[in-house]
Amino acid sequence: MAAVATCGSASPGSAVATASKSNVTSFQRRGPRASGTNDSGPRLVSIAGTRPSVRNGQLLVSTGLPALDQLLGGGLAIGTVLLIEEDKYNIYSPLLFKCFLAEGIVNGHTLLVASAKEDPANILQELPAPLLDDNSKKEFDEDVYNHKTPESNIKMKIAWRYQLLPKMEQIGPVSSRFGHYYDASKRIPQELIEASNWHGFFLPEKISSTLKVEPWSLTPGYIKLLQFIQNIIYEEGFDGSNPQKKQRNVLRIGIQNLGSPLWGDDICCAENGSNSHSLTKFLYVLRGLLRTSLSACIITMPTHLIQNKAIIARVTNLSDIVIGLESFIGSERETNPLYKDYHGLIHIRQIPRLNNLICDESDVKDLAFKLKRKLFTIECITKLRSYGLRSQKYFLSRHSQRKCSVKKNPYFKEPHTLKKIY
Amino acid sequence: MFVELNNLLNTTPDRAEQGKLTLLCDAKTDGSFLVHHFLSFYLKANCKVCFVALFQSFSHYNIVGQKLGVNLTVARERGQLVFLEGLKSAVDVFFQTQEEPHPLQFLREANAGNLKPLFEFVREALKPVDGGEARWTYPVLLVDDLSVLLSLGMGAVAVLDFIHYCRATVCWELKGNMVILVHDSGDVEDEENDILLNGVSHQSHLILRAEGLATGFCRDVHGQLRILWRRPSQPTAQRDQSLTYQYKIQDKSVSFFAKGMSPAVL
Repeated sequence: MAAVATCGSASPGSAVATASKSNVTSFQRRGPRASGTNDSGPRLVSIAGTRPSVRNGQLLVSTGLPALDQLLGGGLAIGTVLLIEEDKYNIYSPLLFKCFLAEGIVNGHTLLVASAKEDPANILQELPAPLLDDNSKKEFDEDVYNHKTPESNIKMKIAWRYQLLPKMEQIGPVSSRFGHYYDASKRIPQELIEASNWHGFFLPEKISSTLKVEPWSLTPGYIKLLQFIQNIIYEEGFDGSNPQKKQRNVLRIGIQNLGSPLWGDDICCAENGSNSHSLTKFLYVLRGLLRTSLSACIITMPTHLIQNKAIIARVTNLSDIVIGLESFIGSERETNPLYKDYHGLIHIRQIPRLNNLICDESDVKDLAFKLKRKLFTIECITKLRSYGLRSQKYFLSRHSQRKCSVKKNPYFKEPHTLKKIY
Repeated sequence: MFVELNNLLNTTPDRAEQGKLTLLCDAKTDGSFLVHHFLSFYLKANCKVCFVALFQSFSHYNIVGQKLGVNLTVARERGQLVFLEGLKSAVDVFFQTQEEPHPLQFLREANAGNLKPLFEFVREALKPVDGGEARWTYPVLLVDDLSVLLSLGMGAVAVLDFIHYCRATVCWELKGNMVILVHDSGDVEDEENDILLNGVSHQSHLILRAEGLATGFCRDVHGQLRILWRRPSQPTAQRDQSLTYQYKIQDKSVSFFAKGMSPAVL
């Protein structure tokens, strides 16, 4: 459970550093290290919605999709950038973006939403509703009451065991689980949005003021966004440098459609634009900001529009996790019987090696996603072609171990020795 | 450092050659394990190391270094390691005006400038301390990685100039070594990167090229390492020696084996 610190002397904002000589696991805080303060003794402080990684103790947050968390080795590490290469018509990548933000609201994290296309307040209104089971739903109702009324000693009726736990420094979030499922057809309850702490950056509003800074080779929109992010991080104390604020929360940053012409960048319009380094510089400085603060960032980028392929390679190198979405809409794969059940493919292009020589790369490379009425799921598809029987294809779903014939092809007789399993 | 890699390269920390430029190159895979190897190798060889780390933060290198047996924090305090943390410095340069020239000053400039402040920083870090006492054997410059400079707006020629100046100072004047990592973009048409890669590989004495397998992802063999010894100053009548191995990266070490001889296959 993310809410309880796993080890007595561990502070979860830490990475395990095994000193090979002394054989003592010393937990070192990775990232925000306030220059003046020294942590004296162990503290039982945990940040809601985070958990340490199994491999190296790094602090992880959920991306909003538990299936994706599993493929990324547990979740998104704090201080890293998750880049989503948008699908062609930008239908499914906003859903991943919104799941990430909704996960932040459900866990009580601070949000920073930046967009050049939509007002962040509208984006937040359209977030999917979390699927809470009955027990935690009652817990959520109780917590909403607790949030509204200032007394904190309301006796918990359902989740009474939580009352016995030591008092956390943080107000309890809606749910203390790591990773939730979201219902794409319903909107998030209004109370949750109002109870959350969020900052919005809508480019047309911010860019209207005159630019007083010197003309660097970054587009003004990017400069403004970086200053905004740095301001929030400093003001709210996410990097530990502000002596007044002692923040024990995670900042989730979401930037939509970065690199599109709406941000003032022309890499999607021209092959050798005037400021082709603008985006890569932005990503570098952003990663520098993230590495020294308790924040995680999701960026969606229309890479299929970028004319110069070298820039895509550079952007991929400068990001930590890169996921590409490829939807079947409009392509010939839409009518392919192979992909009948799915809406698109998901490619995990890069996973970082943080504090480690190796990374948790999953063995499964053929991944597809589908958006059913409610849920967005990711599954592995493997096509096995059989020899001897002309062009009859077998599907192996992730959970079934036996070869099965899923599609009934009327032109070929099914071998009666095979079992049909869905 | 990886003992198997030392055997393949036929070196040990005690008797490493001086005045050499080593190029680390990776294509379709992550070659950062080579950087960690050389960092721990030269720290164990008691050299003065200047590490221009543009790609990851200090704690990342420190934690991996501890797995390999060196403590970067202690080395930095002792003065053996001069560490330029690119990510943190970029944030400082970007948001606060600096009084004296900062090594990453070019981030603030609109046009592609030159890397002179960065070179001054390296020279300042590696110059021998006047005092007579020789605590460190020879200076070493480590750069991880050079392709980031291209992404930050520098031209390939400016980066090659920087490498040339560093080589003249570190390798020739101070008789030290240089280790540089450059990404190979492969089939992506990144002209600037290709110019940079070709330029540095012609100047280097040893090229270590980590490639992903041509057949794709494999759990037991993470890639292929090509080692190429060169003599840039001498005529190319003599054939350069080249070796190829496949490797698998584990938690604290890397195991090398001949092609097709992976323990998983045998």
